[in-house]
Amino acid sequence: MLVARELTQTYQSGGHPLTVLRDVNFTIPDGSFIAIVGPSGSGKTTLLGLLAGLDTPSGGQVLLDGVDLTGLNEDQRARLRGEKVGFVFQSFQLIPTLTAAENVQVPLELRGERNAAARARELLTRVGLGDRTHHFPSQLSGGEQQRVAIARAFVNKPKVLFADEPTGNLDTVTGARIVELLEAINRESGTTIVLVTHDLALARHARRMIRLSDGAVVEDTEQAAA
Amino acid sequence: MTTPALSGGNRWTSVPMLAWRESRNSRKRLILFMSAISIGVAALVAIDSYSNNLTRSVHEQSRSLLGGDLAVTSRQQYQRTVDSLVDTLARHGIGVGSITSFASMASVPRGSTTRLVQVRAVTPGVPFYGTVETTPSGMYASLQSGANILVDPSLLFTLRAKVGDTLTLGFAQFTIIGTLKNVPGDVGVATALGPRVYIPAAYLEQTRLLTFGSRADYQALLKLPPGTDPKTIVAGLRKHSDSTKTRVRTVEQTERNLTNDIRNLDRYLGLVGLVALLLGGIGVASAIFAYVAEKVDTVATLRCVGATSGQVLGIYLIEAAALGVIGAGIGVVLGAIVQFALPHVIGGFLPLDVTIRLEPLALLSGLGVGVWVSLMFALGPLLALRRVSPLQAIRRQVVTVALGRRWLDPARLLTSAALAASIVAIAVSRAGRLRDGLGMSAAIAVAILVLWLSTAGVSWLARRVLRDHWPFVVRQGVANLYRPANQTRAVILSLGFGAFLISTLYLVQTNLLSQLAVSSAASNANLVFFDVQDDQIAGLDSIVRSEHAPVVQQIPIVPMRIGSLGARATAELSKGRGMSWALRREYRSSYRDTLGASEKIIAGSWFKSGKKLPDGFFEVSIDDNVALELKLRLGDTVTWDVQGVRVPTIVTSLRQVNWARFEPNFFVIFPRAALEHAPKSFVLLTNATTPEQRGRLQRAAVDRYPNASSIDLSVVQETIARILNKVSLAIRFMALFSLATGAMVLFSAVAASRRQRVREGVLLKTLGATKAQIGRIMLAEYAVLGALGSATGMLLSVGGAWATMHFIFEAPFRPALVPIALLTLGMMMLTIIIGVLGSRDVFRETPMAALREA
Repeated sequence: MLVARELTQTYQSGGHPLTVLRDVNFTIPDGSFIAIVGPSGSGKTTLLGLLAGLDTPSGGQVLLDGVDLTGLNEDQRARLRGEKVGFVFQSFQLIPTLTAAENVQVPLELRGERNAAARARELLTRVGLGDRTHHFPSQLSGGEQQRVAIARAFVNKPKVLFADEPTGNLDTVTGARIVELLEAINRESGTTIVLVTHDLALARHARRMIRLSDGAVVEDTEQAAA
Repeated sequence: MTTPALSGGNRWTSVPMLAWRESRNSRKRLILFMSAISIGVAALVAIDSYSNNLTRSVHEQSRSLLGGDLAVTSRQQYQRTVDSLVDTLARHGIGVGSITSFASMASVPRGSTTRLVQVRAVTPGVPFYGTVETTPSGMYASLQSGANILVDPSLLFTLRAKVGDTLTLGFAQFTIIGTLKNVPGDVGVATALGPRVYIPAAYLEQTRLLTFGSRADYQALLKLPPGTDPKTIVAGLRKHSDSTKTRVRTVEQTERNLTNDIRNLDRYLGLVGLVALLLGGIGVASAIFAYVAEKVDTVATLRCVGATSGQVLGIYLIEAAALGVIGAGIGVVLGAIVQFALPHVIGGFLPLDVTIRLEPLALLSGLGVGVWVSLMFALGPLLALRRVSPLQAIRRQVVTVALGRRWLDPARLLTSAALAASIVAIAVSRAGRLRDGLGMSAAIAVAILVLWLSTAGVSWLARRVLRDHWPFVVRQGVANLYRPANQTRAVILSLGFGAFLISTLYLVQTNLLSQLAVSSAASNANLVFFDVQDDQIAGLDSIVRSEHAPVVQQIPIVPMRIGSLGARATAELSKGRGMSWALRREYRSSYRDTLGASEKIIAGSWFKSGKKLPDGFFEVSIDDNVALELKLRLGDTVTWDVQGVRVPTIVTSLRQVNWARFEPNFFVIFPRAALEHAPKSFVLLTNATTPEQRGRLQRAAVDRYPNASSIDLSVVQETIARILNKVSLAIRFMALFSLATGAMVLFSAVAASRRQRVREGVLLKTLGATKAQIGRIMLAEYAVLGALGSATGMLLSVGGAWATMHFIFEAPFRPALVPIALLTLGMMMLTIIIGVLGSRDVFRETPMAALREA
């Protein structure tokens, strides 16, 4: 379960406080597929950063699987991310010097787990890249890179998988395949998917939509998946 | 609520493997970056190995350098006490031999040239240790078998003689049986005044060369039977050494003296090593900073997927350490190779053969120090990686913001302290003296502070001087100096510090060299006759004039000693403490009525006839250094012992003498009336235009007065110039190291902000900037950076070099402004070239790249 409680984020900008998120509250049960939408500047990325423990809020709490992220230091949050959180970014964020398989292995290896290679191969096969495990990111297409990123996000069987505009850099067809992949993961593994996008068509794949505007939640609706 | 469950696996086991994989694409480039430390370590290893080899060679060869276990030296024939003492020793089974050294003219019968030579008359068995190498080999053993002579090869060349010819020395004739190749303890530089010749001592008398006033060194060599304690014999000899005006030298003293003599060389090399190492360190720091800047995104991703800051630091620390080991390793190999070349550039002016072998300690310490320095310098920039936020993966910040520093970060403070301590430790160990090492460290700290202040200054100034009406590219270039994520501090600190170190080294070199340089005589004399007796001077004068050559100067020389200072006799003064050289020496003084061109009065006034002096006293003028040594002041009385006649004087002036000038100069000068009637010899200076004329004059003089010697100064000057060239070559060779490292530092400093430049350039292109515009923007920026960095460094170096000369070499300092200005200009050009070359990706990247990047 992922809970946002009175979440507020304020930055200092030119000596003046600038509130980018105010009093955000919601609960996301395990196994959900939820989309956070809103126009550019509405605070989507800031909210994602806070929910995933990439940043600390100015006020309020984030509870991930019962753990209060705001009470953890940076390294404790890093360990928690390694165990319970997966990421998919718009710009893929693969490490250019590692092969596809090695990129997928990294989270496991950082935890000191064995059999990382086998698990990486298995996941890459599952996302349809079983024959590209030894390729470097620069040798893969955008869609393939994003599939590697999804495999990496899923390798530690996260409770929650955050996807930040995952199809933003992809064409429509490739984008659709990526969304299918995310839906499959959600369906088959029960992993919570938090999708952040400004693309309403993409958001329609989710079963619940939270709309942000000027840093506040203006709409929180259940919807029938597209 | 629970705390996060941490998985059981060891989080560190995978770090080395991750480090290995992560470095995949950058290894080659990193090794290039590491070449700064390689060159630094190479210099260090080469220098330390050579230094160790030198010390070892001095130790191994000290016995053969002295030629015996003990030597008793004197400037005059031994007195009876010494002779009887030496005879007694000989009867007790102690080997006794002697070497008498003096200068004389040598000629080949029927030849037209003569040449001043340095004669060494040796008794059989001398030297007791070490081998005199000759061509053909083994001829030294035959020297004593007749009227034989061994000569330096250059003499055969100037006299157009060959082995087997007859050579005339004074009234004796010798057969040349071979040439000298290597004589232990006899310095090559000494041949500047004349080639050496070795004759058997038995034939010395026949030459009739040692007459009154002739300058000769007498040396008795002793060889002790095994097991004899030299101390007791030394004590016996030293008991008489003051009264007999002799000096006793032991092997240990020879070693110590020689070690002292080469101390300046050692210190200079130590300084080069320190500079090379520091430059290497800065190179590493800049390179790692550049590397870190490129890795921000990767680190952010690693953090997103669960890497702790410790793991991230671990990954990059392992990379840096591995590269430190490789870089230092390459340096060790390079240094080991270079040290074999060093004797060829340095060797000629050392009085011994430096045998080179690999010094494991120098190699190991080079490796250790190299790795340590790389790590220490790398740690600072690496620590910044802990600050990279995982947020960087979704919202990119400029690199410097992403790596944002906190001043009160304990790890950072600790690292800085460790780095400072390491620099101090290395400086102290290189300098050899705590005071010098601390001084050097303080100078380095001041230099860094000044550079840091000037970077702040340039940013401040750039902000204020910028005007709207300036061309766009200049405004952009200058604005880049203070914009967020600017490279001003990185480039100016490393460039300025590099310039400071290199230029300090350069200034120290030029000043050391100028100490050795000899300015040409103002008097224009190029031929000097000396040891001319009182009754020969008129004859020689007419020989010179008959050749239509001018007599530039005729200088009388009167040998004397100090009889008493004030009311105290010399013997009394020397009691209870070691006798000062100034008290003990024989003074070869002169008298004249005018001040010479190469001296000036610094206290008192020159001789005046009307001065009121006590009865029987004369005025005397003394060299300021001698006065200092003897603690003499104006008005003090000195009584001179001139061949047994006491001449009382009052010091009425102190002179500063430029001894580097090729002119006869004197510690002590008397008015004419004081010494006119004393027994004396003369030096005559003339100027003969052609070598033939000089040859004829020398020949005519030696035919008539065989005891009188002459020096062709042009030949001496040529020889000295040759030796000085060799010294400067050696010094330049060492300086090359620092220059090469300096270029690497510059390269790394520019590379540090390359990524930022590329991003900005690509963005500007997207907005419509042409390649030429971007090129000009960079030109403006690097020109300001280069000018400021190198100029600050150069200014600092004047202070640094002054301090080095003053405190370490204890010598005067003169800044060489023109070369420094040229060096500044060169560094500035180099900055622009390296800056623009290093950012060439800006021209290559298409605007699409900017669009693709989030």
